[in-house]
Amino acid sequence: MNLYGWIQLALYILVLLLLTKPVGLYLIRVLDAGGRTFLDPALRPVERLLYRLLGLDPKKEQDWKQYTLSLLAFSFAGLLFTYAILRLQHVLPLNPQGFGPVSPDLAFNTAASFATNTNWQNYAGEITLSYFSQMVGLVFHNFVSAAVGIAVAAALVRGIARPSAKTVGNFWVDLVRLNLYLLLPLSTVFALFLVSQGVVQNFKPYEKATLVEPSNLQAPKNDSAAQTIAQGPTASQAAIKMLGTNGGGFFNANASHPYENPTPLSNFIQMLLIFLIPSGLTYYLGRKVKNQRHGWAVWSAMAILFLAAVLVCWRAESYGNPRLHALGVDPADGNMEGKEVRFGVFNSALFAAITTDASCGAVNSMHDSFTPLGGMIPLFNIQLGEVVFGGVGSGLYGMLVFVVLAIFLTGLMVGRTPAYLGKKIESYDVKVSVLAVIILIFSILGFSAWASVSQWGLAGLNNAGPHGLSEILYAYSSSTGNNGSAFAGLNGNTFWSNITLGLAMLFGRFLMIVPIMALAGNLARKKLPPPSEASFPVSGPMFIIILIGTVLIVGALTFLPALALGPIVEHFLMTGSGILY
Amino acid sequence: MVAKSHSLFEWQIIGPAIVDSFKKLNPLSLLKNPVIFVTEVGAAVITLGLFSRSENEPFGFVLQISFWLWFTVLFANFAEAMAEGRGKAQAKALRKTRTQTIANRLKADGSVERVQAEQLRKNDLVFVSAGEIISADGEIIEGVATVDESAITGESAPVIREAGGDRSAVTGGTRVLSDRIKVRVTANPGESFLDRMICLVEGAARQKTPNEIALTILLSALTIIFLVVIITLKSFGFYSGVTFTVTVLVALLICLIPTTIGGLLNAIGIAGIDRMVQKNVLAMSGRAVEAAGDVDVLLLDKTGTITLGDRQATDFLPAAGVSVEELANAAQLASLADETPEGRSIVILAKKYGLRGRSISEMARTRFVAFSAQTRMSGVDFDGRQIRKGAPDAIRAFAGDNVPSELQGAVSSIALSGGTPLLVADGTKVLGAIHLKDIVKGGLKDRFERFRAMGIKTVMITGDNRLTAAAIAKEAGVDDYMAEAKPEDKLTLIRKEQAAGHLVAMTGDGTNDAPALAQADVGVAMNTGTQAAKEAGNMIDLDSNPTKLIEVVEIGKQMLITRGALTTFSIANDVAKYFAIIPAMLVSVFPVIAPLNIMGLRSPLSAILSAVIFNALIIVALIPLALRGVRFRPLGAAALLRRNLMIYGLGGLIAPFPGIKLADLIVNALHLV
Repeated sequence: MNLYGWIQLALYILVLLLLTKPVGLYLIRVLDAGGRTFLDPALRPVERLLYRLLGLDPKKEQDWKQYTLSLLAFSFAGLLFTYAILRLQHVLPLNPQGFGPVSPDLAFNTAASFATNTNWQNYAGEITLSYFSQMVGLVFHNFVSAAVGIAVAAALVRGIARPSAKTVGNFWVDLVRLNLYLLLPLSTVFALFLVSQGVVQNFKPYEKATLVEPSNLQAPKNDSAAQTIAQGPTASQAAIKMLGTNGGGFFNANASHPYENPTPLSNFIQMLLIFLIPSGLTYYLGRKVKNQRHGWAVWSAMAILFLAAVLVCWRAESYGNPRLHALGVDPADGNMEGKEVRFGVFNSALFAAITTDASCGAVNSMHDSFTPLGGMIPLFNIQLGEVVFGGVGSGLYGMLVFVVLAIFLTGLMVGRTPAYLGKKIESYDVKVSVLAVIILIFSILGFSAWASVSQWGLAGLNNAGPHGLSEILYAYSSSTGNNGSAFAGLNGNTFWSNITLGLAMLFGRFLMIVPIMALAGNLARKKLPPPSEASFPVSGPMFIIILIGTVLIVGALTFLPALALGPIVEHFLMTGSGILY
Repeated sequence: MVAKSHSLFEWQIIGPAIVDSFKKLNPLSLLKNPVIFVTEVGAAVITLGLFSRSENEPFGFVLQISFWLWFTVLFANFAEAMAEGRGKAQAKALRKTRTQTIANRLKADGSVERVQAEQLRKNDLVFVSAGEIISADGEIIEGVATVDESAITGESAPVIREAGGDRSAVTGGTRVLSDRIKVRVTANPGESFLDRMICLVEGAARQKTPNEIALTILLSALTIIFLVVIITLKSFGFYSGVTFTVTVLVALLICLIPTTIGGLLNAIGIAGIDRMVQKNVLAMSGRAVEAAGDVDVLLLDKTGTITLGDRQATDFLPAAGVSVEELANAAQLASLADETPEGRSIVILAKKYGLRGRSISEMARTRFVAFSAQTRMSGVDFDGRQIRKGAPDAIRAFAGDNVPSELQGAVSSIALSGGTPLLVADGTKVLGAIHLKDIVKGGLKDRFERFRAMGIKTVMITGDNRLTAAAIAKEAGVDDYMAEAKPEDKLTLIRKEQAAGHLVAMTGDGTNDAPALAQADVGVAMNTGTQAAKEAGNMIDLDSNPTKLIEVVEIGKQMLITRGALTTFSIANDVAKYFAIIPAMLVSVFPVIAPLNIMGLRSPLSAILSAVIFNALIIVALIPLALRGVRFRPLGAAALLRRNLMIYGLGGLIAPFPGIKLADLIVNALHLV
């Protein structure tokens, strides 16, 4: 833990803080069907044309059921669309490497992965997918799945803010406007920026480079004298994968690949892009519910949880592994296994915390190679529900579920039926909120438990003992949480893993969205009395503590036993005995 | 007071409660309480497992765990039985008033027959004479009587009940002291007011309140989550080469699910209704008590609630050239025979000016003139003098329009300040004015101040004109007032407040209050009120004291706070239990994990047993709190939250550490494992 790290951390948080309000204000315009933006002259005609093509009246809003049905129908159609492209990529254009069709289970897994904003990659992009599959089949989802997440968050915020309302917005309008005014322009700008940093953007076949010194470090090695250098339209995908917290790398090595993340500046900007929209959404929340302090309180709770995660991870990684120190590794280097030397311990730890606090899943280091506690942080972040800034939209709606539960748990202590910003939290709201939480827990623990005692689950493991359990837990946490990063020691590209991971992603996304939309609809119809002295305080240190406490207690109480058998035991084994996994 | 508060632990209550705790073990009745139901299933599983346990688990350990799990269920049952027992004790006191009585029933042919009270049916007509007990709830349709209602209200002063108007309702079990009345029975046996009351305090007719339902859903969800945690842990253990026995897994499960609040939830609800009864308020449902906590607008009638109801003389304002003593003397003479509260207050005020009390008998050749609606004056004629006091225009007419101008000014300034002016005249000479004032009850201003801090708005309702209303509102410190209010205006006001999302409480006694009482979220009917009012409201105040509305709100809040505090406490407890049990479960296979045993518990077995013991005993320890309720403090939401969170949140986090450690020390000292 050195001064450069502290300076970068402070700079990162400061820039994020400064961008929160402008992004939030812009979101308010984008998420209002009649909102005006500076892009109107260019994009308004396109928007109108799209509505005409869809036969849509943008002024007509939907109730929560119509909104949810539209969303599910759209996402399911997108899933089928991508599945078809992956299966047919050998007959589709832009396939200079001549890749064959993707296997059915892997195609299902990949289609589910991108439709759910997970971007778990059981394939290696550069040896499996054509440029067409990447650009059309996957990047399409990078945009729309991000928009779907933001749309749900917007619907929930509308539900909280509106007094006695029947509708929560129009899904199609939100979808069109989010893509048109927010995601496309921003990702275009940042794609160009990434190109300026050296990220590749072309349709060329892969290059062969002759090695100066033949390599024989890894086996099997097909090109010990020459190296294949993958190419492709990377920058356009890299920008939206961060901005939309998708995380699916163009290359298998993701953001640790020099063509995807070449410079310290590109690294900084990519990390910033991950939190940009989630952070702005907290401002959007505050503005919409007419309580900006509440928006900032939610932001602060997230920021504190984020800082804690970074610090623990950074501390564990810079401390390194005592067993390796004993073998003569300089303790001052920290744990550099699986890390890019360009990024070092701090930027790897920071990136790992950001990408798992959010549901991004892009990585610039290999989480599997972190120390047990350093690696537990990304895992625990995901298990908390990725509510620390979180995925675009999904972070906010996940956090708002915790807000509802926190207020319900402690709100009685002010002597009234708990109410969130004046809206009473009644049995229906509690029911759908706990449903959203239970689904995640069922999926993560259920699938992990199954995999940890089954042939197919154990077959994919590269590591035994507690570390193997961590890998399994990480896989199902990451897929259920729609994160997409991995403890890559686990080979997920087997039939059963493809199916179970794919299902976990679908459960974690859509089975969570339905109860949350129900919550939005139910909150919307409630009366909204003006705030008074008796209102539950939803800002200030007390609220922030309660919110953090609820997130941690629900997360810790649920996952602690499993974590105890995974990273915690591994940590003690590392420090207390000679065993190393 | 009839319903005396019982000290918390009396053997008459504890004895039956212990018996009931065992009766409540019936799984069917426990199904309503999912947390405790799961605990019972766990206890049963371990008990059955005693005979098929794994070899490395000593019989004594499994036996003790199973004992303590049964105790956990029993303690939860005991808490509920205690709450019910206290209610029953109060019901018993109420039931005593329902002695067997004989009624004089009017037959269709006009003759009277004597029947047992339980044979009376709705709409029967009965006669009740002085000295007899009224045999059923009913409404007087003929006559007027004084009635001793102390059996119900505990108030010894008799009250007047008369046909027509707002004081026509009589309650079964009360005694007629004078006169004879004809009563139409309004309730069948077993459905009377008293019966419903008894049912309620016994907890027999209790239904879960909306908030209890929501909380039960959350507690059930936590139970399901921890079931999944435990079941999957078995797999993870299998993977890791650790065999978790059923005993240990069940023990962990029971420690994690919120047994504390699950076990005390019903007791808290019953105790809430019970506390209302102790204040002589009958809540018709738990829902009403809960709503009382949520109320944020109080509609308060001016007369009787905010003011004493009677106006009092507070000042003599003499005309020019008249001394204050002279005026006081005349005013006292004019009021000597005036038995109204106003008249008496004038006599008392006059004593302050050195006038001793005079008795009517010592005054010769005296003729008292009583107040009448025509003259609107009262007074006395003696020694040829004609002394009168009365409404300003009446005196003006009496004295021949001879009112000095400065008195005119005094009269209008009294009216402006919300008071009632009277003039006093000796013959044609107007001596001065008396200031009669509505007296605001003591302590109200502070109380309203505290309500404001709690976010509750107080609205005074009065038929007075705007000026008077404003003056009294200001003096009493209410937030708002409604002047010149007609009964139907109350309904409109309630609807308006409710539409804005507020919850409204009010008191009422008249038939024309009934629609508003029904519309209000909390409608407290006065026991002296009409049957219609009582049926429309969801609470009845036996003391007929409208100011009690304030206490009703406090009790409602107290119940909600108690529920919230114990929920938070219960969930916060889990952290420490993890630190006790998880290391104990893993240490045999992974000895390196020992540093996680931060409490330094002696052995894995004693750690698990200690956690289970703590988990069971904490329920017993919290029963008094559940029954008494967390002490209520009139603070704003933020302050209340901070305070309770520090006590029950932080306390819940910390308390189990020493608690479990202590249990561990005792377990080891006694060599229990």
